[in-house]
Amino acid sequence: MGKYREAAESGKFVVSGEIGPPKGTQVDDMLHHIDLLKDLVDGLNVTDNQSAVLRLGSMAVSHHIVSEGGDAVFQMTTRDRNRLALQNDLLSAHFLGIRNVLCLTGDHVSVGDHKDAREVYDFESVQLIQAVKKMNEGYDWTGNELQGSTDFYIGAVVTPESNPIEPQKAKFEKKIAAGAQFFQTQAVYDMDNFQNFMEYARGVTEGKDVKIMAGLVVLTSVGMAKYMNKFVPGVFVPDNLLEEMASVPKEEAIKKGMEICARHIKLLKDKNVCDGVHIMAIGKEEIVPEILQMADLV
Amino acid sequence: MIISQQKPFEEILEALGDQEKVYLVGCGECATMTESGGENEIADMKTRLEAAGKTVLGNDVAHATCHELDMKRIFRQSKDAAKETDAFIVFSCGAGTQSVREATDKHVIPGTNTLFLGNVKRNLQYEEKCSLCGECVLDEYGSICPVTRCAKGILNGPCGGTNNGQCEVDPDKPCAWVLIHNQLKKEDRIDQFMKIQGPKRWNAVERPGRLDARDKDEEKGAA
Repeated sequence: MGKYREAAESGKFVVSGEIGPPKGTQVDDMLHHIDLLKDLVDGLNVTDNQSAVLRLGSMAVSHHIVSEGGDAVFQMTTRDRNRLALQNDLLSAHFLGIRNVLCLTGDHVSVGDHKDAREVYDFESVQLIQAVKKMNEGYDWTGNELQGSTDFYIGAVVTPESNPIEPQKAKFEKKIAAGAQFFQTQAVYDMDNFQNFMEYARGVTEGKDVKIMAGLVVLTSVGMAKYMNKFVPGVFVPDNLLEEMASVPKEEAIKKGMEICARHIKLLKDKNVCDGVHIMAIGKEEIVPEILQMADLV
Repeated sequence: MIISQQKPFEEILEALGDQEKVYLVGCGECATMTESGGENEIADMKTRLEAAGKTVLGNDVAHATCHELDMKRIFRQSKDAAKETDAFIVFSCGAGTQSVREATDKHVIPGTNTLFLGNVKRNLQYEEKCSLCGECVLDEYGSICPVTRCAKGILNGPCGGTNNGQCEVDPDKPCAWVLIHNQLKKEDRIDQFMKIQGPKRWNAVERPGRLDARDKDEEKGAA
């Protein structure tokens, strides 16, 4: 068991960060970010060809984090691999000491930088969750016995601001039924909306050991917030936060974004809204330690 | 029907290269409906090719180009032209082009791109709703196919890219999962939505597909 799962199962307020591997072999910034964060957070997510853009692999970077004494949440999409390759990579990840896997369908290739690639989607997220659960029980997808089972903590995602919300909620419930043990949400900004969602989610997870971490993407400018509202489905930055971001000069915007993020972390923790937070600084991970300080988490 | 679209004329000329004598084949079924290979399009193509210096030795619109025996019969009837031509240009689907392939040893050029199996919305407007997966699961989804109509072919509900009922991949298309959810609600079968669906048996039909319905065992779905 990794320390991410240990933290989650202990009932502690879980904090994770995110590492987006670089597109290429220049890894200095990424290694610096890992070094900076690995002991401050319970786990570091590593994205898998995020936004369908070719990058250094999630498994290799997850392994590096684990070998450096941190804990990694290995993100895995079903976009680029069929069921044979997915299970093969799960066994490989397990061999490399990786113990948390976040099961995603993955962005469509048409939004990425290899638009003519053939997307796979042999499985999707719910089926990947089922597959990991089966491997934890000692079987491959078709029911053949494994020589030694895996021991993965199974994660999934949910989009609380999805519109319409009903089918999204149904899928969330299916992910739990399939075997998801923890969730990281798509970025949330409207804390009232999120508390309503959590009220519903708590009802669903009652009596089950399922943890839900709020996804928090740090706002860096009012432009970025508006961009997300316009172009990122399922992400909604409310007017009061847009105004707050616009209330300061440009060069202080990132500080304001950090303040907002820290304020949200505190609120979620103090009011026991959810089980933890997943902080995404999207390439600016050097600001995460200060956010954790502002939120009294270190 | 099979939806096809004519290739750009320059591409057809490029495929011909130095070859001068051509034989045009159209199709009386789908390609006539889609106006990619009916009588009018073949006549138009003949004019354009002649203007480009080519000699059109023959042109036929088959009843259905995908019928291989028909193609052989047509070329027997036009034996001289079929023998003398440098190349055949086929304005049908890719299946039709390969029927022509079976009927001659000459250079066979597709004059169209074959797009999808389409429903006709109205004249000349088509939408893909079935991808010929070989194992119909429509009843599981209110007879709205997620294999085809969800850009990711997801079988268990919408992804995070669903956007006010539209698909993130193409905002002009509805999210199939919102359609399915609404439909199952209308039928009072929303419980069906909660069923966890396993992945498709992608090899339900071994590709390339083959069916001999004269063989009664095979006809009963031995696949």
